[in-house]
Amino acid sequence: MRKLLFVLFFLSISLANAQDYFPTNSGVKTTKSSLIAFTNATIYVTHEQIIQKGTLLVKDEKVVEVGKSVKIPEGTKIIDLDGKMIYPSFIDIYSDFGIAKPKRNPSDSRSAQYEAEREGYYWNDHIRPETNPIEDFKFDSKKATELLAAGFGTVNTHLQDGIIRGNGLLVTLNPSTTNAYRILDSQSAQFLSFAKSVKSRQSYPSSKMGVMALLRQVYLDANWYAKGNMKNKDLALEALNKNKNLVQIFETGDHLDAVRADKVGDEFGIQYTIVGSGDEFERINDIKKTNATFIIPIDFKNPYDVSNPLLAEQISLRDMRKWNQDPSNLSVLEKNGVPFALTTYKLKSAETFHKNLQKAIEYGFDKKAALASLTTIPASIIGNTTVGNLNKGSFANFIITSGDVFDASSIIHENWVQGEQNIINDMNIKDITGDYMLSVNGKNYDLAITGKGAKQTGTIKMGDKKITSKFSFENDWIEITIDDGGFSRLMGKIINVANVMEGSAFDTKGNKTFWSASKKVAKKVDEKKDEKKSEKEIVVMPVSFPNVGFGNYTQPKTETILIKNTTVWTSEAAGILKNSDVLLKDGKISKIGKNLSAKGAIEIDGTGKHLTAGIIDEHSHIATSAVNEGAHNSSAEVTIEDVVDPTDINIYRNISGGTTTSQILHGSANPIGGRSAIIKLKWGENAENMIYKNSPKFIKFALGENVKQSRSTNGTRFPQSRMGVEQVFIDYFTRAKEYETLKKSGQPYRKDYEMETLVEILNGERFISCHSYVQSEINMLMKVADKFNFKINTFTHILEGYKVADKMIKHGVGGSTFSDWWAYKYEVNDAIPFNAAIMHNAGVTVAINSDDREMSRRLNQEAAKTVKYGGVSELEAWKMVTINPAKLLHIDDKVGSIKEGKDADVVLWSNHPMSIYAKVEKTIIEGKVFFDIVEDLKKREAIKEEKSKIINMMLKEKMGGAKTQVPMKREDRNFHCDTLEELKSEKR
Amino acid sequence: MKNIIIIILFFAFVGNIIAQQTPASKQITAFSIEGATAHLGNGQVIENSLIMFENGKITFVGSAMMKIARMGTIIKADGKHVYPGFIALNSALGLVEIDAVKASNDETEIGIMNPHVRSLIAYNAESKVVESMRPNGVLMAQITPRGATISGTSSVVQLDAWNWEDATIKTNDAIHLNWPESFTTGRWWLGEDPALKPNPEYSKNVEKINSFFTDAKQYLASKSDKKHLPFAATKGLFDGSQKLFIHVNGEKEITDAITMSKELGINNLVIVRGEGAEKVTDLLVKLNIPVIINRPHRNPNSEDDAYDDTYTIAKTLQEKGVLVGLGMEGQMERMNTRNLPFYAGTFAAFGVDKEKAAQMITGDAAKILGIDAFAGTLEVGKDATLFISEGDALDMRTNQISEAFIQGRKISLESHQTTLWKRYSEKYKSK
Repeated sequence: MRKLLFVLFFLSISLANAQDYFPTNSGVKTTKSSLIAFTNATIYVTHEQIIQKGTLLVKDEKVVEVGKSVKIPEGTKIIDLDGKMIYPSFIDIYSDFGIAKPKRNPSDSRSAQYEAEREGYYWNDHIRPETNPIEDFKFDSKKATELLAAGFGTVNTHLQDGIIRGNGLLVTLNPSTTNAYRILDSQSAQFLSFAKSVKSRQSYPSSKMGVMALLRQVYLDANWYAKGNMKNKDLALEALNKNKNLVQIFETGDHLDAVRADKVGDEFGIQYTIVGSGDEFERINDIKKTNATFIIPIDFKNPYDVSNPLLAEQISLRDMRKWNQDPSNLSVLEKNGVPFALTTYKLKSAETFHKNLQKAIEYGFDKKAALASLTTIPASIIGNTTVGNLNKGSFANFIITSGDVFDASSIIHENWVQGEQNIINDMNIKDITGDYMLSVNGKNYDLAITGKGAKQTGTIKMGDKKITSKFSFENDWIEITIDDGGFSRLMGKIINVANVMEGSAFDTKGNKTFWSASKKVAKKVDEKKDEKKSEKEIVVMPVSFPNVGFGNYTQPKTETILIKNTTVWTSEAAGILKNSDVLLKDGKISKIGKNLSAKGAIEIDGTGKHLTAGIIDEHSHIATSAVNEGAHNSSAEVTIEDVVDPTDINIYRNISGGTTTSQILHGSANPIGGRSAIIKLKWGENAENMIYKNSPKFIKFALGENVKQSRSTNGTRFPQSRMGVEQVFIDYFTRAKEYETLKKSGQPYRKDYEMETLVEILNGERFISCHSYVQSEINMLMKVADKFNFKINTFTHILEGYKVADKMIKHGVGGSTFSDWWAYKYEVNDAIPFNAAIMHNAGVTVAINSDDREMSRRLNQEAAKTVKYGGVSELEAWKMVTINPAKLLHIDDKVGSIKEGKDADVVLWSNHPMSIYAKVEKTIIEGKVFFDIVEDLKKREAIKEEKSKIINMMLKEKMGGAKTQVPMKREDRNFHCDTLEELKSEKR
Repeated sequence: MKNIIIIILFFAFVGNIIAQQTPASKQITAFSIEGATAHLGNGQVIENSLIMFENGKITFVGSAMMKIARMGTIIKADGKHVYPGFIALNSALGLVEIDAVKASNDETEIGIMNPHVRSLIAYNAESKVVESMRPNGVLMAQITPRGATISGTSSVVQLDAWNWEDATIKTNDAIHLNWPESFTTGRWWLGEDPALKPNPEYSKNVEKINSFFTDAKQYLASKSDKKHLPFAATKGLFDGSQKLFIHVNGEKEITDAITMSKELGINNLVIVRGEGAEKVTDLLVKLNIPVIINRPHRNPNSEDDAYDDTYTIAKTLQEKGVLVGLGMEGQMERMNTRNLPFYAGTFAAFGVDKEKAAQMITGDAAKILGIDAFAGTLEVGKDATLFISEGDALDMRTNQISEAFIQGRKISLESHQTTLWKRYSEKYKSK
């Protein structure tokens, strides 16, 4: 059938226009001018302006008049479109039409590459604003045919490669002309993304937070360059400055990325237009807050094939919901007033576009909004008023349809682009569908003709018995071959559609006879189908926060809670209080005492139970989309705050183990790592709300085997030894000092985020938590800090801290260690579980940390191990997971102990909190119950129930003939501090 | 000259402290432990107990109220607890010293069917990691090779020995088979297709195992004069003297593995790892097949699983009547083996009776290994492999071990780690 379309399409091609000042060598010079009036149509000038029985007058490539009563000049070709509709052709605002994806540079070297491959451009190869796609643009007639058939007339295309990708090209899909006329705008927009270029193997950035940091620095540098402060030529920065006034279109991978991109834009006064992913409904308030216009793909997933129960049980609720909820995305966006355009991006073929759009409409998306999102909105994104509407003077880009373009039963007949006709489904093909009584050779058959346009087919039955037959209807000629005890061949031309068709027939013996078919009843099948469809019950599962299993449908509220008659572990000088009450009010610990009462408080009987402050994990890697930006030996410019992932199930699992605050640290791939995020594990909140307000500033440093790339066989990055590690620090701090001197001098200076961060460290405004193992390097870093006159705040891991505890005291640094880990690598040979005890006894502030999402849900047990190994008192041991890490994180004024006035972050345990038998019954953060052991059981049941509901829906779809997708298991990736992720150059 | 000798002697002595602990010598005097709560390892508890042993064997287990002559050295243990030595199943202890150092790794051999490869001779009795087990009550372990389809043959050792030969308490106890997975998934973070697909190689791989054992059986029945080492190594499986430990996950896979083994005439089976075993408990109970589950301190298998999924599994299986053991395989498994008592404690916190939890790592573990005739419980006639703890040994809060005995020998509870502890505690005291 595609082939047929193609043929029809080329039949319609008129002579290609040649630019009129070009020499002609192929014949005499001709000038074409046409004037066409389309009359009696319902014309959508825009989604809001509709003209019934109107006339559209087109001269050459433009609309010259549109209205109810248009004066039609003489010599105008008139096309009567009575009963038909005219819409502006659609615009695909996010496309790679005609621009081939670049191939990855083949390379024999497998070791990491740190330098840029180009000269004369920015230091990072993934910043390519100078990319001009016109150089690579080739009109793709096959793809154009597909898009024209789906109603598109214009696309905004670009080279989908790199972080900054250069400008876009607004082109029409007019096959009958040359690029000289198709290109409406060669500087339509500038494009950005989180994905690296495949043209370069440069490692940096290797993470999303690296991309964000890089973009910030690029914007600063472009500004610095524009002021004439750079001696060198930088074609990339020049191009970026040139593209500054274009609309900036940023592709993102999910709703978290959308918010991240917007955050970077806001910092530089740039409002990105954001290419979304289709999951915006999951956090619609955050999406709304971006104030961005969105470009939304509608790549709805097929239901999973859940017929094999063993496979089906592997699919997470998160992924099941995706199938169920995604079609409601457009409706949710619309109802929340988020402006957006639609795109065919991510669809394997434009053919599925309408099917998916119809689905979205079934799920409540308004048709008028649908039209706007394909016409006026995309046009306004790129500030072009000549496409996406049929006002006078606009391009004659329009489609002619048999009915409402968004109805499944409608047909797009023609798609005119720049005044050139493209036939999609010939509207002159007669509609002969219906049930007929066919009489031939003295026999009566039932003939049923169904389908649309060129796709009309007939089947023949006699009573209930199906008769083998062949049917065709082309160029008004009907041909039928019937196999009923020998072949009969029938043919006839349909001149006018009537209730009776007739023609000549040849029987088995070749004798010519006649046949006739008379219509039985007027067909109303289609309408009935429509009714059925609207009756179809659409069940969209409610969205939870986050939208995964165990998510909250409503966020817990701050409550007044009175915990009565319990054992209170204060983590303060008061020690352990028996038979005491604790009152939580307005998110704070309001009162501690005996026989307390409070009006309206929810009372919890704590008899036989223990109440502690929430556990604080000084070293965690949960709830983040990235851990390491390890492509440079310093990445002080990146911050985990950029990439906090509130959808991580480990947040919930951690609160089920009593942890309420975690420092999410950068990894240990490089000596100077990235900045941390200190978060409260407020499950269900967004990233912004989880991060501490006025958070103390921290950065991760690292020493030893990881930073010197010990496990890589071909490490090429400095440092490769502990000797080099020292020099990295001295080098960076020396430069930071020089930077600050210049900055303070009042002279112009190039602002550098990395240096800014290091200066904060030098000034005691940012604290270091340093991954460390052996005594030599621990000692070294303290000496480096001494030299530059600042203090290291925390040594984390610090497994040989016991060997230098005296020096640590002298320097004033704390230690955050594992309780009993060792034997996993060479530098932990002398790691001993008595480390915490020795450091503690020597006077160091000691915390017990996890660096592991599993251990972080039972840090109470790890604290108990310091009692076992080294005999620390239980009181002191408990402080190592509460007030001590709070001190190390400089948040001990808010959390870490049960003290009046502090945040109501408390945990109710079933048993002695350091016993293996202790279970968390409630985890409360700021007076809100985020984990409750009873509610948890209900959540398990709810997951089971919802999954089985969705499975039944999927089975129903499969049985109904729907295509399915293979089940997928979501692999939960275990981040440790030596995890090296690779940012994909290719997202898809 | 004399001074020099003294210095040399001194260094030799210090050197000794830094090096591994000297294994205890054979039990000469009898011991009587009096007044402790005795956890027998079979579910029974005796409060205020009397336990006596000599020549490496337990001679009396009963109440301290009993008027009977105390033998040898009397240890007053009022308020303390006595347990049989804990047994680590499916452990690679002593086969790797430092995970990240390849030169110290002896746990995996190349090849696909390696029943002839024996872990015992690679077991490093002097490993610094091994000696760190004992202060926590872990006194015996099944040393298991890893990798390949048939990884090799394990042996059971006690953890205080000069060398592997000394350490052995059961040689070549079992052959370890890694069963293929019937589904495969791509690693999405490496850009592979994340879809879960039936493994197209599954039946082929199962057939490979089947034909290996079929051929082995045929070889053993024939009187071939050409020796085939891998086939010959499977003899014990068919005559019942050796067990087949099948490391397998998934209800389909477990069912397939059991069915095939039975058809081959291999009847002495143990399921290891066994995720999904809770769905085939009828089969396991009917055929009396134990399951060694992985340690509970790991994350649930998938996002929607309950947070305590890996904690409650022991209870789930035991309630259905399955004999459950506790295996060590997993991340940093060697150093973590010393946490064995706390893994059992976790099962106790989530539904298993405390005595039953202790039994899982003592009497039941011995039963699974087939050493229950002489080890695993505090019963007269059995090895005097036991320890005294200040409190509940399954709880890290109270697991404080004062004395431990292996086959009656009072062993050192010191280690490389305690040496460093003492040395550096002194460093700061002297200042």
